[in-house]
Amino acid sequence: MAASQATNTDERIRQVSFLNRLLSRPEFGALAGALIVFILFTIFSWKPDINFPGFLRPRAVMTWLKFSAEIGIIGIGATLLMIAGEFDLSVGSIIAVAGVIALTPIVYFGMAPWLAILLTLGFCLLMGWVNGTIVNWTRLPSFIVTLAFLYIYRGLTLVSIRWLTDGSTRVDVQRLVGQHDISSVNEARAFIQSDWLSRMFAGEIWGTPRLFAWLGELGIMPTSTRNILVDGVRTPVVLPVADGIPVAVAWWIILLILAIILMQRTRFGNWVYGTGGHEESARNMGVPTKRVKVILFMGTALCAGIFACLQAFEFGSVDSLRGNLKEFEAIIVAVIGGTLLTGGYGAVAGAFWGALIYGMLSRGIEIVSWMQSDWFRILLGVGLLLAVMFNTYIRKRATEAK
Amino acid sequence: MAALVELKDIVKTFGTVIALNGVSTSVNEGEVLCLLGDNGAGKSTLIKVLSGVHQPTSGQIYMDGQPVSFKNPREAQKGGIATVHQHLSIQPLMSVTRNFFMGREPGGAGGALGFINMRFANKTAKEEMAKMGIDIRDPNQVVGTMSGGERQVLAIARAIYFGAKVLILDEPTAALGVKQAGVVLKYIAQVRAKGLAVILITHNVHHAYPIADKFTILKRGQSYGTFMKSDVSREEVLGMMAGKEELDALEAELKEFEHTDAAPKSEFEAGVAAEQAASNNS
Repeated sequence: MAASQATNTDERIRQVSFLNRLLSRPEFGALAGALIVFILFTIFSWKPDINFPGFLRPRAVMTWLKFSAEIGIIGIGATLLMIAGEFDLSVGSIIAVAGVIALTPIVYFGMAPWLAILLTLGFCLLMGWVNGTIVNWTRLPSFIVTLAFLYIYRGLTLVSIRWLTDGSTRVDVQRLVGQHDISSVNEARAFIQSDWLSRMFAGEIWGTPRLFAWLGELGIMPTSTRNILVDGVRTPVVLPVADGIPVAVAWWIILLILAIILMQRTRFGNWVYGTGGHEESARNMGVPTKRVKVILFMGTALCAGIFACLQAFEFGSVDSLRGNLKEFEAIIVAVIGGTLLTGGYGAVAGAFWGALIYGMLSRGIEIVSWMQSDWFRILLGVGLLLAVMFNTYIRKRATEAK
Repeated sequence: MAALVELKDIVKTFGTVIALNGVSTSVNEGEVLCLLGDNGAGKSTLIKVLSGVHQPTSGQIYMDGQPVSFKNPREAQKGGIATVHQHLSIQPLMSVTRNFFMGREPGGAGGALGFINMRFANKTAKEEMAKMGIDIRDPNQVVGTMSGGERQVLAIARAIYFGAKVLILDEPTAALGVKQAGVVLKYIAQVRAKGLAVILITHNVHHAYPIADKFTILKRGQSYGTFMKSDVSREEVLGMMAGKEELDALEAELKEFEHTDAAPKSEFEAGVAAEQAASNNS
């Protein structure tokens, strides 16, 4: 048939080279950016007199990895939501509320830490459900609805923290000293980190301290002598310079893998892309777009809850200002990762590289001695602008007809 | 034998507005029915009634002689009525496969957990497009790289694959160039050859006439009549669609413009005309 002959010859897809294919992945810009930042900081922080370059010291690596992980966790939630065409500006405030719910019951009402964590995550899901349901119900842009909740949840934090603590704006495990045979703040912190669930939100990934100690003994990992309390006496002990891989990294990687599988391999992932690309079309094709959105708002809030628990159980204190500006940092991570602000396009893997850029910038700038850390936000802003420009260019290349 | 789809005395009112006032038509298997009408004639409303978006105020839809009613587009789809909207319900930034199966993703071994059987999906999308004569080398190709005609075909192939008996095409050629429009018309002929009933909505008689077997002409919410192609010429269809008198009036009006704009006969005359125009303006 003539038509099919014609299509065979001139409708063929162009041959795409490997480089072109790589270039047209949404996360390519972020990957390249992360590599550049990594290389630059490695060079800038290099000191020939020490056998390890500053930025690559195990301790430094653990610090920027932890920063990347924490911002990466909320970045994953923001990315999925943004692919579906929505924003959540209340993430930072949800973090604040979640922090209060995580610590107050333990410190003031003697609740078991694991129960407090479950309560916190449950309440986060509820807050996400409220966000999503109101967006669906009012049909207002989520930008406006969640902007309102940015204030509502932040205010709620302050109100509830004052009410629960009789006038303070801070909840601190210090108050536990004297109860449960706890004699110091360190012991109080250890107490709240001790049960099966709270252990997953503080310290290092199981096994990695032992691994690092072993590496130290082998001489692969540098060691240092530190004074440790042994039976109440300060004793010098030779320890590896890094304690282990922070738990936040494990949460980050696990959530990342789950999100990638969800988006690449499941029906729900297809619906998320469809909802963000053209909501009406997706609905015409039978996609329950409203349900998709509510679930994603809940997911974003859950990520915020995990972030809040990680910080609350590590520091042993929360205050009403926790999570400030985190909503924008989560969006920055998603956008640097190549996710389209208007939805329908993006990749979770991009958010991984985006978070890594964020973590490396924020910590690296403190490691490089001649850089002032005051410049961090300027760099981040410039980085964001460059990333968006680059991603727009790449997307044009990827989708322009022939 | 009863027609595959029959619409009988369909009335649809929105408040005080009468969008459709007793429209009847029918379409059979392997037949292309063309719904013609100017803007506001009620084409879209009629299609929305048939595809379950609206419910008729009165009147009845029959399929194979059985009365049916669709509460929503989903039910109409289950009944075998697929609509390819003007915007095609296609996501340009997503792959061919993902578009093909949007909302109806095939599960495999992990289907209960919500996993998509990507291997099957890719294979099917490629095969179904090949059946329509479009060879897709990579079903993971982004739809944005395809031409307007190819996107139409994707939407049509998808509707056929998911069991459409009646295919409603809403202005499929409106946004396309002459060549692409011709390609789409060929695909419509292919669909008809497969034994589907096609309802084509357009206000372009030149696209409709070559492909249609039957015309229903709508005017201000009323049916002007249904005609077999053998009974009417292209000009007659055009005349009925726009209104013979109106067209004649328009033609006369255009003639007048021709007089005033008529080209001057020589350079000299042109110069005089230009001078006159200049003095008139000042």
